[in-house]
Amino acid sequence: MVKDKDPPLTSQIGAFASGLSLILSVPAALLFAAGLGFGALARDGGFSIAHTAFITASMFALPNQVVLVDQLARNETPLAVAFAVGLAALRLLPMTVTIVPLLKGGRPRPALEALAVHFVAVTPWIESQRRLPTVLAGLRLATYLGLGLAFWATMMAGTMAGYTLAASVPAPVSATLLFLTPIYFLLSLLATARVRMDLLAVGLGCALAPVFYILTPGFDLLATGLIGGTLAFLLRGRRA
Amino acid sequence: MSFVGDGFGGFLTLLLAGFLATEAWRWLGLAVGSRLDVAGALFQWVRAVATALVAGLVTRMVLFPAGALVEVPLWVRLGAFAGGVALYLLLRRNVAAGVGAAAVLLMAVQFMVR
Repeated sequence: MVKDKDPPLTSQIGAFASGLSLILSVPAALLFAAGLGFGALARDGGFSIAHTAFITASMFALPNQVVLVDQLARNETPLAVAFAVGLAALRLLPMTVTIVPLLKGGRPRPALEALAVHFVAVTPWIESQRRLPTVLAGLRLATYLGLGLAFWATMMAGTMAGYTLAASVPAPVSATLLFLTPIYFLLSLLATARVRMDLLAVGLGCALAPVFYILTPGFDLLATGLIGGTLAFLLRGRRA
Repeated sequence: MSFVGDGFGGFLTLLLAGFLATEAWRWLGLAVGSRLDVAGALFQWVRAVATALVAGLVTRMVLFPAGALVEVPLWVRLGAFAGGVALYLLLRRNVAAGVGAAAVLLMAVQFMVR
């Protein structure tokens, strides 16, 4: 699906368009499917279509959206909901930190950079780690804005379709749609891995997650990331 | 649910508990990431943390799923997952083929088991 031999980008518009072209890609199809699931879930929870659209548009982070909808549907207080969502969103911090330096290189563009980080989520993170390093430094921000907008629009379309179609999808199909995301995440992590540390982090993350899921529920991903990532970093060897 | 019919208050709740609780981490990431050197050790460490975190998310989604995937037995989920990884490796690291294989396996076994 990814052609490593794309012609080099030369203009801002071309870079933006190349990012935007990911609207027709495997990850975009998966995000659409994930959006379908979320739209159906929000409708089940009793949310209006305007509220549902607002959630996807403003958050663009599926696991957090699920937490938000689930907690509000259980009538938790807004403060408790904000805490649960904030905890789930903590994973966006290391992702943003590792995308932002890649976006620097051209003229400083604070407003566009602030817009760009809104598009930080697992799928754009994976695709940008894979694509941006080969793009000229001055064109990375434009590429990322195109890519982010493509994924954001796909998820919006999926959410709206899911809300409209809700509950007419047979169970084996919706189970399969849910299964696409984790296998895509894992294979992309393997495909993106450049050095030993990356593979170590993938292996340790996979192995530690079930342990912390049982030991520290709620904080399991945080613990997995910090401990697995730190171990991978320390064991990375000389060639960092 | 009380808040659904509540137009403005509903949006305000979503803005604070949804948008702000999520976006704040991205803004913080922008502030921190702007001062980080890509070649430096600190950046490498954060990248390892992010990678391990996403890998952990994968295991959690497969072992402790939500929604319709709960109804699929664990061995089917693990088998389809392993099949996808195997095909990915066999076909010289083809992500789309691996994802497709895992999906076909999961769907096929569900229809056979029924």
